[in-house]
This record gives sequence, C-alpha cells and structure tokens, in this order.
Amino acid sequence: MITSIFRRSPYLLLAIALLTFAFVAACGDDDGDGSAAPQPSVAEQPAAEPAPPEPVSAPEPAATEEEMPAAEEMSAEEEMPAEEEMPTEQTVSEADMDGPLMLTVYSGRKESLVGPLLDQFEADTGIDVRVRYGGTAELAVAILEEGGRSPADVFFAQDAGALGALQDHGRFTALEDAILDRVDAVFRSATGHWVGASGRARVIVYSTQLSEEELPASIFDLTEPEWSGRVGWAPTNGSFQAFVTAMRQIYGDEATAEWLRAMIDNGVQEYPKNTPIVQAVGDGEIDAGLVNHYYLWRFISEDPDFPAANHYTDAGSPGALVNVAGVGILDTATNTEAARIFVDYLLSEPAQQYFSSETNEYPLIAGVAHNPGIPGLDTLDPPSLALTSLADLEGTLDLLREVGALP
Amino acid sequence: MAGVAARSTVLAHRRRLPSPAWPLALIVAAAMLLPLIYLVVRALDADAAAWSALGDASSLRLLARTALLALAVAGASLVLALPMAWLTVRTDLPLRRLWSVLAIVPLVVPSYVGAVAFVAAFGPRGTLQEILSPLGVDAVPQIYGFPGAFLALTLFSYPYLLLVLRAGLRGIDPALEDASRSLGMGSWRTFLRVTIPQLRVPITAGSLLVALYVVSDFGAVSLLRTDTLTRAIFVQYQNSFDRAAAAVLGLELVGLVALILLLEWLYRRRGRFHGSGPGTPRPPRLLRLGRWRWPALTFLTVIVLIALGVPAGVLLHWLVRGLQAGEPFAGTWGAALNSAWVSAAAGLVAVVAAIPVAIVAVRRPSPLAALMERVGYTGFALPGIVVALSLVFFGLRVVPAVYQSWVLLVFAYLVLFFPLALGGVRTSLVQIRPEIEEAARSLGGSPGRVLATITIPLLIPGLVSGFALVFLTAMKELPATILLAPIGFDTLATEIWSASSEAFFARAAAPALILILVAALPLALLVIREHRVER
Repeated sequence: MITSIFRRSPYLLLAIALLTFAFVAACGDDDGDGSAAPQPSVAEQPAAEPAPPEPVSAPEPAATEEEMPAAEEMSAEEEMPAEEEMPTEQTVSEADMDGPLMLTVYSGRKESLVGPLLDQFEADTGIDVRVRYGGTAELAVAILEEGGRSPADVFFAQDAGALGALQDHGRFTALEDAILDRVDAVFRSATGHWVGASGRARVIVYSTQLSEEELPASIFDLTEPEWSGRVGWAPTNGSFQAFVTAMRQIYGDEATAEWLRAMIDNGVQEYPKNTPIVQAVGDGEIDAGLVNHYYLWRFISEDPDFPAANHYTDAGSPGALVNVAGVGILDTATNTEAARIFVDYLLSEPAQQYFSSETNEYPLIAGVAHNPGIPGLDTLDPPSLALTSLADLEGTLDLLREVGALP
Repeated sequence: MAGVAARSTVLAHRRRLPSPAWPLALIVAAAMLLPLIYLVVRALDADAAAWSALGDASSLRLLARTALLALAVAGASLVLALPMAWLTVRTDLPLRRLWSVLAIVPLVVPSYVGAVAFVAAFGPRGTLQEILSPLGVDAVPQIYGFPGAFLALTLFSYPYLLLVLRAGLRGIDPALEDASRSLGMGSWRTFLRVTIPQLRVPITAGSLLVALYVVSDFGAVSLLRTDTLTRAIFVQYQNSFDRAAAAVLGLELVGLVALILLLEWLYRRRGRFHGSGPGTPRPPRLLRLGRWRWPALTFLTVIVLIALGVPAGVLLHWLVRGLQAGEPFAGTWGAALNSAWVSAAAGLVAVVAAIPVAIVAVRRPSPLAALMERVGYTGFALPGIVVALSLVFFGLRVVPAVYQSWVLLVFAYLVLFFPLALGGVRTSLVQIRPEIEEAARSLGGSPGRVLATITIPLLIPGLVSGFALVFLTAMKELPATILLAPIGFDTLATEIWSASSEAFFARAAAPALILILVAALPLALLVIREHRVER
C-alpha cells in the first residue's frame, strides 16, 4: 500500500527525502554551533563534563530572593573564580531542589544597548535568561497574538505606549508596592501594572553650525518662517506621540492641531524614527530635530566630531516631557519569581547606574546620579503629567491623521 | 493487482503527465493561504469605521500610490535587467562572470541599510552634493518622496528579474535565433523579434516578483518618505497595536495583489516556448560585442556602483570611522553560519515545494491550477510582519512543539519566498518539451523515473536560480526572524538591525559587509558552474 503511494507519488518520496536531508543537515549544524541552540537545562547537563564549553552550562549557585541584595553588589569578576571551584554535582542538586530559575524576556530594547546589562543580571543572579530582542511594537503585538500560551515572562519595552497597550489588554500582573515605590508615580502605571526603568527627555537636537542666539527658545518658535524646511520630526515614534498627547492635555486639541498644521505648513521634514533625525542634523540636511536626548551620544562615540548638540527648552511644558522605557510582568508568566527578581534588579543601583553611564538615560530611583553630561530632571522641569494620564493615544493618532502627519 | 493498477495508470497517462503532483501542490497552496486566513480572522474583529475608512480619499490615494510605485519599479527594473542578462549570458563581455555576480549581489543588501546608504550618498547634504558643490551645484534632486523611493527600490529589486531572465535566456534553444539570422535579420532585430518573445514567461514572472516586492517593502519607503499600504499597516501595528485595523488594510493589499496577478494572467498567454527542432539545443554562440563593449561596460559599471558600491562604501566608511573612534570590531561568524544554513534550508524546501506546483501549473493548465499557483504570491506580497504574526497565531495554536524553533522559521521563509522558487522552476519547466517526457513514458519509464532522470536534470537551471533567489532573500529577512527564530538565534540581519537602529554604526557595518560576502561566495560558485556547463 505504502509503496504504491510512493509509486504513484514519486514527488512525495522526493520531498520526504530532501526534507529529511535538510533536517539532518540542520541538526548537525545546531550541534556544531552550541551558542545558537537553546542552552540545555541544568538538570540535563552531565555532571562530569570534562570541559564545559560555556560558563552558562555550569550553573551559578542558585540565588534565592533573600540573597538578592548581596548578589547585586557582587561583580562578575568576583564571582567567576568561586564558580570554578564549586563542585558541580552539589550545585546541580541544589538547582533541582529549588527548581532551576529560568526567565524569558521579550525585549524591545536592543541587544546593543541592554545586552551587557542582561548578561550582568545573569551573572549576578544565576538565573538562566533567554531574551528575544525585537521592535517594541512588534513584540507587543506578538504577545497579544500569542495569547495565553506566550512563552514570555517579562516585557521590557522601549516606550510607555506599548506597556500601556498590553496593560489595556489585561496582559500584565500587578507589581508589588516595594518595587513600585522606588520610582516617582509620574513614571509608572497608575494601576501598578508596569514600571519605568529609565528616563529620556524630549530635546531639540541642533546643528552646531548654528550659534547660540539662533536657537529656538521654545518648540513653538519652530513654526516661524526662519525655520522653514529646517526641522525634522518622527510622527510614528511613540515618544513623539506622547509629547503630542501631553500638548493636547495642557493646551487643548485645537491649539495642538494648530501647531501641528503650522509645522507641516512650515515644511517640517518627516523621518521614520529618532536616529535618522540625528543623522540628518549631523549631515547638515536639517538644522534641528525633535528627538529624545540620548541618541546623540551614540553618534558622538562613533564620530567625536559629530556636529550636533542637544538643546533643552520649554521647562515645565510638553517640550520638556520625560518618557520612560519600562517593564511589566505578563499575566501568563510561568517564571514569576525570576520575573520579580528581574524587575527588582532593573530598579537596583547597579542597573540604574548602567542606564546612567552606559546609555546616557536618566536613572529613576533615588540615590543614583544622572550622567553629568546632561542637565538634571530638576532643571529640566518636565510637565507634571503622569505618563499614564497620556493614555489617550487614539485621540492623538486621530489628530495626527487629521492634520496629515500620519497616513 | 498492484501490477495491473500500475499498468493501467501508465496507459491512462500515456498522453498526459502524471497527476501525483496534484495533492502535493494542494498541500503547498494550502500552506500559502495561512496569512490570508489569519487576516480574515483578525479583520472579523474590525469595527465598521476601519472598513469604511478604505473608501476615504486619502486611503484611495495610498492605494493608487502603492500600485503606481509597484508598476514603475517593475518597468524600470526590466529596462535594467534585460540588457544586463543578455550581456552576461549571451555576449563576450570582458569578465562577464564577475559582472554576473556583482550585478546580483545588491539583492542581499537589506532595504533598511540600502536606503540609509542612499540618503547618505544622494541626500540633500550627501556625498554626491559635496562632490558637486565646487561646481556650483547647491542642491541635488530631492531623494525623498516618490522618485527617491522609486530609484532605491529599482536598484534593490532588479536582481530578482535579472536572475529569472538569466535562467530564461540560458534555457532558450538558440536554433530559432540562428534561423532568424540566417534569414537575414540582424542581431538586434533577432533579439527584439525572436529572443524577447521567447522570454515572455521569465519577463512576466520576474516583473511580478519585483512589483510584489515593492508592495511588501517597508524599509525603503519609510526612510524615503513614500506612504504605501505597507507603511500604513506598520503604523497601525506600531502606534495603535490594532491588529484588526491592520488586518483590514492587509486585506486591501491582498486585493491589490489579486488585481496585479489578474493583469499578469491576462497578459501571459499560453503557448509553447520550447524549441521546435529535434535534438538537444546546442549552447548558443556568444555574440561578439566589438567596440560596443565599452558602452556595455560603462552601463554595468554605473549600475553596480550605485546599487552595490554605494551601500558597500557607506558601510566601509561606518566601519573605519567607528574603529578609529575606538568601537570594537563586531563581526560574528556564528551569525553568518546561522544565516547561511537557515537560508539554505529555506531555499531547498522552497524549490522542492515549487516542483509539484509548477508541474500542475505548466503541464495541466486549468483555472484551479492557475489559482493555486497565484495563491503562493500572498506571503511574498504581504509585509513580513503580517506573515510573521500569522505564523505566531497558527504556530502556537496548531504546532506548539515547533513554535520558535528553526522548523517554523524555515516554514515562514517558505511562505514568504515561495514565488521566488516557483518563478525559477516554472521558467525552466516551460522550456522543457513535454514530448521528451512523453517519449520516456512511452518507452516504459515510470513517472518517478521520468521525473528523476529527465525532468529534474532539465530543470536544474530553474532549481538553481529558484534556490539562489530564496537563499539570498532569506538572508536579509527580518520581521519573521525576529519573532520566530529560536531565542538567541542571531542572524546577520538581526545583528545589523539591532545595531543600526540604535546608531551603533560600526557594529552594524561589520555583519552587513559579511552578509554581502557570504552572499557573493555561493553566487560566484553558481556562476562559475553555469559557465562551465555552457562550454
């Protein structure tokens, strides 16, 4: 019977043969490139492995919650030698007892920015972290699409809009007050479902070809004829939209629509996101752009002569809005304990110090100094609007469509 | 009993080719329908406003602009690719193997890198303007907007057409051209009157691929500021997280694609494109270019410089500048290996899946066969994010065991790039004279034997070009790779994107240059092999 099927369907046989071949070839590759494959779990690892290929495969002493503060202070260098001396069998049994702590993070923040921080988290806590990096919006939509079966425990997002969207869909569990209270109420969910991890301020990035006097005193000056065709914005960007929502709240829809129209009439240049705006200012294509403050440092670290600078304006008004990147624990999380440790870690001193010194963002907990290269939040005087009060994203999108800033 | 059945099968099929391709083709076509089913499911949640918005003037303009861009880029790509294919296949162009490779490599430059490079080179304060400024040129033509997107997309997507046309040209029996020349037609008139009509199938198949690629592109249109349907779909996901409204736009895009496919179907008449004389076609004689080789070389140099030289130059500049400023060199061969094997697996699976569909479409033409063939274009024409989300939807519900494993990733590539494989296979199959297969059958060969010993060997040029197209395109794929790859499975494309989107230019440049190299190597082998076969 089976042979007659194949006789009549030689293509099927061919297809099966080739697929088998592809499978075997692919598996061979998988084994050869251990770093690409998901790490085997601790329990499966043979105890008497002669030379563990990666430090990850030798389990860290499983850090319990109580040990956390101490583990945070510990640097990776201090821990490494201790780990090598640790008898492997004992740690395996320990891990078995506590259950191996694993964590799956969906990160809208890129590996280039937060990869080292997550590695440090892994080293400090011994939690086996698996990170899916992607665009914040794409990952948020994917989590919605995955529904109850989502493998993600934690969503680490680039902007509050995506966090708000998942909260609206009931996809986050409430965080505990001990964590929430570390961050100013302005920078977290009103219902406690997500919390900001680092802040970024709205600024005008400008070409250093301009003199001080030429700089606009306010974003409202950018509608003047002298700025015609010289300004860039990114209307699809979440931070820009939060800024527009803030403007609607403070000045009302009509005034906001008027400003948006005046900007468009004045030939504002549209970019898909912040990075190309900063690039365009550096290239001299435009003279000023509405962006978040921290992109500029990346350009300067690759090109010390990069001819652009940040201009902080509009103290107390929407032009000085501070947005956050933040984190929430999913309602479908299976590794809730590890997820809690992770959120706690992001709001710990070492992580906040990392944001301050490595990504040039604002730390959000007390006691961690902001990067001396940027003005403090006190001088910035952002408008006293809680980010969740900027929830009317739909209204902003409608307005942006109405004036023609969005398709 | 079985023997009788087998014999009767042979008798029944003596005049026609075997039908076992049918069920397989149906399975493949069903897989290709998944994104469409997903869109319908999601669009059911959409409110009336989302549907009625389709009739708005701005929405109709969006649709018209998308269609116009697709048609314009397809036309311009043909103008570039046809002479390139002819020069590299049929003439004694100096270094034509090298040109064959260089002309195809721009295919692997991801459009989000290529468009950034184009702005750097041709933008308002770009390199070109700097070069021209001593000559008193203050402003170069505007790169932003429709013309810029048109130019960039043409230069990124003509290689699709070029690869298909090269396979088509190599499969033409030169006997007709010889006859034409012997009857007193010059080389030029022979090319216009005899060669081009025989290329009708590859021309339409290749132009279709280009047009649909344009419809699906996001990177170039967003950076070069041209609103298309795909960009509108992204805005829905990105800003509203509104899957229903995005699905409605997605269905509108599918409607546009159906219209394009219908046009192509009306244009492509059925006919015999294979040679007419007996015997095997001999390799064509290479046309001597003589002094025409100088304009030919100039043409190729200009295109390759813009399409490949500009992105590669900008990438090198980023790399050198970053290294000088103390950035680390971050090329990882692990990602290159991942990109290479997963793309190769996708290419292999795609050509295998294309064989039954091509056989049904070419040997058993019927409305259903034509429909099955065209369903395969859905995934290619939709934005990658839509296809990726559809497989998140189905993957987790139907086959959770392979969710976010390489199996589902390869399947995603199959759904996304199937028409690239089908175009190549189909082009070659059309050129195989069915009489050869029928003769083999009448001499007692089983369908399997005929397939293995006659059809597949004759299909090789098409299989190879189909594989190459899928391989090269999968190498730069991003949305599906991000959502569906196993966790920690870095490819060159994800590395480039992760670094470039946060302005780590040096760190993006290294994997991007490796991507170009990794793509060029198999292409070089392929071209060298082709030329050896011709000898």
